[in-house]
Amino acid sequence: MALAETGRMGGMGWRVAPTQMALMAAVLALAASPVLAGMLPAALVDYPKQAVIGLAAFTGSWLTWLAREAAIGPLRIAEITRGLANVVEAPIALLNTLFAEGIQAGRGDQVRTVVPPLSWLAGIGLAALLAHMVGGRQAGPKLVALIVVGLLYIVLFGFWTDAMFTLTNVIISAVAAIALGIWIGTKAVTHPRIAAPVEGLMNVMQTVPVFSYLVPTLLFLGYGPSAALVATVIYALPPMVHATMLGLRGVPPEVVEFGRMAGASPRALFWKIRLPVALPQLAIGINQTIMACLNMVVIASMIGAGGLGFLVLTALRKLDIGGALQAGIAIVVLAVILDRLSLAAARLAASGTRIRSTGIPHGRLALGWFALASIAALLLPAFQSWPKELTLTTAPFWNGLVSWINIHWFEPLDAFRSFTLIHIMNPVKAYLLDLPWTLVIALVMLGGWMAGGARLGLTVGAMALFIAATGFWDPAVTSVYLVGLGTLLSLIIGLPFGYVVSRRQSWRDAASLVLDTLQTLPTLVYLLPAVMVFRNGDFSALVAIVSYAIAPAVRYSMHAFAGVPAERLELAAMVGASRWQTFKWVRLPAAFPTLLLGLNQTIMLAIAMLVITALVGTRDLGQQVFIALSRAKPGDGIIAGLCVAAIALIADMCLKAWARRAAARNGVEA
Amino acid sequence: MTDKPAPTASVLPFPAAAPSNGLSAARAAAEPALSARNLWKVFGVEANAFAIEDGTAMPAAEMARRGWVAAIRDASIDVMPGEVFVIMGLSGSGKSTMIRCLTKLIEPTAGKVMFHGRDLIAMPEKELTEIRRTRMGMVFQNFALLPNRTVLGNIALPLEIQGIDRARREAKAMEMIELVGLKGRENRFPRELSGGQQQRVGIARSLAVDPEIWFLDEPFSALDPLIRSDLQDELQRLQKALAKTIVFITHDLDEAIKIADRIAIMEGGSVVQVATPEELVTRPANDYVARFVAKVPRAKVTRVRSLMAPATGSILSPDPVRAEATITEIGPILVSGTGPLPVVDEGGRMVGTLDRQAALAVLGGRAGAA
Repeated sequence: MALAETGRMGGMGWRVAPTQMALMAAVLALAASPVLAGMLPAALVDYPKQAVIGLAAFTGSWLTWLAREAAIGPLRIAEITRGLANVVEAPIALLNTLFAEGIQAGRGDQVRTVVPPLSWLAGIGLAALLAHMVGGRQAGPKLVALIVVGLLYIVLFGFWTDAMFTLTNVIISAVAAIALGIWIGTKAVTHPRIAAPVEGLMNVMQTVPVFSYLVPTLLFLGYGPSAALVATVIYALPPMVHATMLGLRGVPPEVVEFGRMAGASPRALFWKIRLPVALPQLAIGINQTIMACLNMVVIASMIGAGGLGFLVLTALRKLDIGGALQAGIAIVVLAVILDRLSLAAARLAASGTRIRSTGIPHGRLALGWFALASIAALLLPAFQSWPKELTLTTAPFWNGLVSWINIHWFEPLDAFRSFTLIHIMNPVKAYLLDLPWTLVIALVMLGGWMAGGARLGLTVGAMALFIAATGFWDPAVTSVYLVGLGTLLSLIIGLPFGYVVSRRQSWRDAASLVLDTLQTLPTLVYLLPAVMVFRNGDFSALVAIVSYAIAPAVRYSMHAFAGVPAERLELAAMVGASRWQTFKWVRLPAAFPTLLLGLNQTIMLAIAMLVITALVGTRDLGQQVFIALSRAKPGDGIIAGLCVAAIALIADMCLKAWARRAAARNGVEA
Repeated sequence: MTDKPAPTASVLPFPAAAPSNGLSAARAAAEPALSARNLWKVFGVEANAFAIEDGTAMPAAEMARRGWVAAIRDASIDVMPGEVFVIMGLSGSGKSTMIRCLTKLIEPTAGKVMFHGRDLIAMPEKELTEIRRTRMGMVFQNFALLPNRTVLGNIALPLEIQGIDRARREAKAMEMIELVGLKGRENRFPRELSGGQQQRVGIARSLAVDPEIWFLDEPFSALDPLIRSDLQDELQRLQKALAKTIVFITHDLDEAIKIADRIAIMEGGSVVQVATPEELVTRPANDYVARFVAKVPRAKVTRVRSLMAPATGSILSPDPVRAEATITEIGPILVSGTGPLPVVDEGGRMVGTLDRQAALAVLGGRAGAA
């Protein structure tokens, strides 16, 4: 024991010097990279074109073959998948009939509605009743008010039918993702052998950009709602699987032992004991899954899901910023409603209570309201669908605002934009693009080694090499430049803000509320204000990235500084440390591990947003995926997507390892 | 039991035909309700090989070389029907692993666990489940209540698992709620109860199936000292009425002495002594036990029976003392008079006399009472 101890101490003493030397060498290499690039052979500076592995083309042709030619016996896979698409479409069609379209007869101009869909009047009432039911006595009234006001916005601005299309897709994909997620998560927990691969796969899935899924699903399922649905389910699966695993693993071992001592069969042990005890955690996962579904459904409208996302995208293409913003607000309303409703349900699940009878027969009231509202809608069509003439619009206002900004603020804004682009963004981009790829990979390996040891160094190095070898180096570096700058800006703004807010509980609560709401909004929505003010291009992309990625920077900074042990602060006060000394020696070291995790989250969100910014014309990996989507090149889409995932995983693995190390040094578990 | 194995060297033989061990002679002669024979639990890489290679004879150094750690090493105990058998040890002594092996929550690496003559370890899963359902009850250190169920729902759960219909299981659960004094709280959720009340729920739940043998795994360790003492009294009250066979785990010597008929002391995975509290104090098996019990006042564990002289006719005293009482318990009587005291058994028959001076010497903490 004593021997091992000294051995380890000796090892550490040996390790410090090379780490510092390596760090200095890295800094020197980065500083001297232009010179270095001149000295190195060309093949080591730019990845040689001949050496690119045609993985994208291969994957593409293989997928195409699989989708078009491949057959199992007499059945072609294409037939199977198209058949599957039809099966998937059935529930979508059913819900669309109920909520959005009704039963129609005739074709073209002769379309008549035989049986109308759920009228908005009935819909709002039913939603309010549901809110009252899950909200309970305390949160109920507020939730009902929020839902009525929000849905009235959607009705009055003429978005009801589109919102119902979106909702239909969210409901079906969420149900599928939740069921599948719980099933996979449960299997992973009960079969420890598949746990690690499942977790790894989910981590990759969470970082692969959403567009990457779209092309292959299109290929197999064809343009339409079912492809959008499948892509959405794949995208929304990871949070549910994670929550299920976390929840089931969080069941205290004693509780499981009790179940075994009570002689519960494996089935009873799961259904009566483990699942109910894990339910609060599962409910949080369900909330996240629903929000992920909404995010993806909005994006998937470009492959035929329709709904509110489609309105935003078409408006964006027409450069009708006002129209896009207006539909964007409808998405925000829907997001907030779905979030609050599912959170209330989660709270209900966590409290362990069944819906306590509040003396109100919700079921009968719902039936009654449905009947009344439907009759009213038959008599007065305005209750069925809000008349077009009465539809409100704020689009002229927003468009006016945009013109006003362009007229009165164009010069300072444009000067700001140009200055940033010319003096900061472009030089950084050029510098990064000129870095020899070999040097970057060496540095990535060095970072991995320093954060988590030799194995991590090799792993992240291999991932970086994958990017170079598949021929996506330049777009990847462009991605890193946007993500890097976005992250840096988010930290510069977010960390001090979080630090200030951490001082008071009331400030923290207020900030948490705002951050929670911001994080429920679909990514697409964040593009709109940026584009409104700064038009297309890298700068708008940067603004969108910062506005999306700043939330975790603030949140983790807040938590990190609020979580500094009070005893240590008292000690600092007792020895008479100055404010700066207290910050430097007590607050910062204690907060550091959490800050690193915050950095990690900030990078992850920056990458998620980066992919969406392809819509406003950046030249990074997101754009590659996006182009692949528009040209239906599934191979390029997937490989470029995997490159994005590789960048995310490199950052994620290194930072988490580093945070674990820092936390261990602090004497706490990360 | 035909093949009664020889007791291992480290364990004091039982029964040792000692009338002073707190068990009636009839009970001592009976078959044990639960017994462990040469039990091993080895953790580490490929610990399965332990059973195949018969690691029981392996020297400690060889085990360490293979990366094996024995949480339980060669432990043998007998728990007699109706006795309170306490397994006591500090953290890391293996007591927690021990109770889990006795219930087969953990599979022991080697050895047998006999429950009324049937080996729990070797029996088919179905039979084990049936025994756990109807004949065993267990109370856990951190209560192990289901947060999503009410008090009533928690207590009725073991019956629900047996498939008993709602009306009957809830009636039985209400009975248990009354037994542990939680009437009126049956619709509360665990988080709405104090720690002591939560453990009462745990106790009620474990008793709902009316088990023969009752396992309590450090049931009071997570509670405040005052509540702990209350629940110890409550346990003694319940035991007087129910007379279960109890296996009780604790790290608290005072608690062990208070409730135990017999105590097994564990150290480093081995059972180093099994004895009554009194024997433990007066005849510790080794230095470890001696150091352990050094602080225990002898009066607290010494029973009248072990100090008394045979009856020599009648004594004129208004205050007979019970043979099974401890000297501490009869303290007030000792100091309130002079002359020898009559000693009576449970039935009130006189069985001996107690020399007041000898008893006072024990009470005063001086050793040489015998």
